[in-house]
Order: sequence, then C-alpha cells, then structure tokens
Amino acid sequence: MYTTKYHKASDAANAASLLGASPEAKILAGGQTLIPTMKQRLAAPTDLIDISGIAELRGVTIEARKKLGVLKAKGGETITIGAATTHYEVANNADLAAACPAITGLAANIGDPAVRHRGTIGGSIANNDPAADYPAALLALGATIHTTSRDISADDFFTGMFSTALNDGEVIKSVSFQAPAAAGYGKFPVPASRYAMVGVFVAKSIDGDVRVSVTGAGDDGVFRHAGLESALTSDWSPASAAGVNVGAEGLLSDIHGNAAYRANLIGVMAKRAVESA
Amino acid sequence: MTKITMTVNGKAASADVSDNTLLVEYIREHLRLTGTHVGCDTSQCGACVVHVNGQAMKSCTMLAAAAEGAEVTTVEGLAASKDDLHPMQLAFKENHGLQCGFCTPGMIMTATDMVKRYQEAGKELTEDAIRHELEGNICRCTGYHNIVKSIQDGASKMTTA
Repeated sequence: MYTTKYHKASDAANAASLLGASPEAKILAGGQTLIPTMKQRLAAPTDLIDISGIAELRGVTIEARKKLGVLKAKGGETITIGAATTHYEVANNADLAAACPAITGLAANIGDPAVRHRGTIGGSIANNDPAADYPAALLALGATIHTTSRDISADDFFTGMFSTALNDGEVIKSVSFQAPAAAGYGKFPVPASRYAMVGVFVAKSIDGDVRVSVTGAGDDGVFRHAGLESALTSDWSPASAAGVNVGAEGLLSDIHGNAAYRANLIGVMAKRAVESA
Repeated sequence: MTKITMTVNGKAASADVSDNTLLVEYIREHLRLTGTHVGCDTSQCGACVVHVNGQAMKSCTMLAAAAEGAEVTTVEGLAASKDDLHPMQLAFKENHGLQCGFCTPGMIMTATDMVKRYQEAGKELTEDAIRHELEGNICRCTGYHNIVKSIQDGASKMTTA
C-alpha cells in the first residue's frame, strides 16, 4: 500500500471539509473495497478520511406513514439509513425487516460475515461497483441520497460503472425511501466473490408504481429495465416477469458469463424476485 | 505516523504506527501475536479474522488506526491458558478440524463469532447455516467436513447467551 495520511472526521461537515481540502483524498467508511484496492496499488489516495465512528451517520430510522387517503395494507413508512450503517446492522434490524424485508435480506447476503460487520451502505453506493447489491435496491425503491450539500434522486445518482453524481468535497450522509407495498431481490452470486453475476430488484410502491433495476449485468453499471417494469405494472406475478423477452444488447460479457447468459439470468432472477416479494 | 491505543486480549496496547499500517500488521509485527495469519492479501481467505469490539472482522482489510480505542481479541486471547483451551479450540482438536492448520485461527475466530450471534438471537445453528457462515474462510486441506463437525461440537459446548 502506498503511503497515505489518516484523518478521523469528527462529524459529517468536518469530513466534507477535509475531503474538499485535498484533491486526492478519499472517504474511508468500512473500507471493504477501498482497503483491498489500495493494497493492490490500484488506488493511492493521499488522505483517508475515516467516517466510520460518526454517530450521526449511523443507524436506521422508520417514520410511520401519514394517514392520507385509502389505508394500504403495507408500506408507506419513510425509511432512512445512515451512510455509515453496516450491512450487519441493516440485515439485523427487526423494524426494518418488518417494513422492507427485501432490503434486510439483500444486506444479509452481501459478501461474508466479516465483510458485513464492517462494510457500509454509503460505501457501497459511493463506489457504485457494477455488481454491487445496494445500487439495485436504491434505484428500484426510488430512494433519495442525502449528502452534505444536497439531496439527489437515485435515478440521477448512479451515472455509470464506478461513477456517481457526487462532487468533490461532497459526503453521503444517509439514504431514504418510502417502504414499498411489495419488493423482492433475486441474486445469482458469483461463487468466489459473492458479488452479483446478475441481481434484479423489483419494487411496487403504495401507489402501484413498479420499478425494476438490474445489477451485475449492464456494461455500464446498474440500470432500470423498461420491459420488466411494463410487464409487472400490468401483471405483478412471477410468470409475467418470466414472460419478458430480455435482450442481450448493452449487457456485460466476461469470464463468468456472456451477455446472452446474463440476459437469460435477468429473466430468471426477476421471476425469483417477484416470488420472494 | 499516528498514535494508536487499543485493548488486545484484555491488555492495553499502544504504539506510533505509519498511517497505512493494517491491523494485522500491527498485531503480528508490533505485538508479535503471530497466531493471526495472512493467507491471501485480497480479503477473501479469512485467515486474519479477529474480533473487534465483539465482531469478527478481517484484520487485513482494516487500518490499525481505524481500531483506535477498540477491544480486539485474537486467537491467542481465547484460551485462559495452554491447559485450558476454549471449547471451540478443543472441538477442532478432537474432530480433526485442521490439517496444515494455516486457516485454523481464522476458522476458530469466525466460528466463535457465529456461535455467539446465533445463540444471542436464539437461532438454531444448522449444518447449512455453518456452511453459509463460512463463506469468508477458505481451507485448502480439509474439504470443510471436519471443520463443520468441529463447529457443531464446539457450539454445543459454548454458552454465550
């Protein structure tokens, strides 16, 4: 690992000012991607700004839905997850499991137990690995990413493989979304890395809007799938998802599988995601 | 350089380390606690697993500075003495849960962490669950069967809840 300067940030504003002070600085949260990348000398930040101990960036809050209009059976709560909340904390939050089991189940299957004890949701989305799980969830749930300077919709946040709308000196504080009426995640992991070969997150809001996002498969990162969204809007069922003809254009081909294989997996994972919802 | 202070196996430990020092480097090279191993250097093998504030973590994927103020337990900290092994260590010994032994410290630290979590949650630690929980620990000798048997045996003798 190249030399670096370690800073412990006292709060989110302090982290943002430290980050803005050096052009080659990086935020260190759980470090489960950044530290291995630095060990491989694929990243060489001059400064690391540790945000893992900042209390205001940790934890899950669930705000009850406002009683407006027709009372829906499920969903509508406002869920906020702090950027430095670990995968383990998300996976084991009982209130969150009741409000949105798709996201606790997703967190419980990221990496391995030691990685989940340290890795964070903010780190996952800031890195925007094209095979990461959380970007798919936030995109399908229509989440908002709250930073030290503004709020960004998930649609605008994920701008391509390993890239986001974050500016220099901008730090993610939390993400929030409305609990869906139904949601599910189907993931086919690469056995060695536990990353998604293909992951499909399906979500239906309390207003009936359906959003479907795909991770692991796109040649430019996470994306929404219009064909699956329209099929599931007219008929929310596993058979409806399985009946969609998923094309291979724009999909990734690598040693794990070619684009046609991934296209087929998208249909299968979408079906399983709806089954689990 | 950063001054770090933490508790390792119940004893206060303190040093000035360069900022890019990994926790495992601090444990092995400064504290000379060489039970914690480095197997892969790519965060996949789990030979370096230690407990940080009661949770299993890969000490090769964490800066020593990030463990400031933490309670760290390494495999050397499990047993009260050489003649009084932790139940999980005894279980690995009695069930032939190791061959070359290189992965064993990480296996044992992962095993004690998983048993504690399952016991505290009141969940049954089934054979399937053990295999799933071992996703972050690689063994190239045993084929895992005796490791799983060891963990089942050790779990039956551990009471953490």
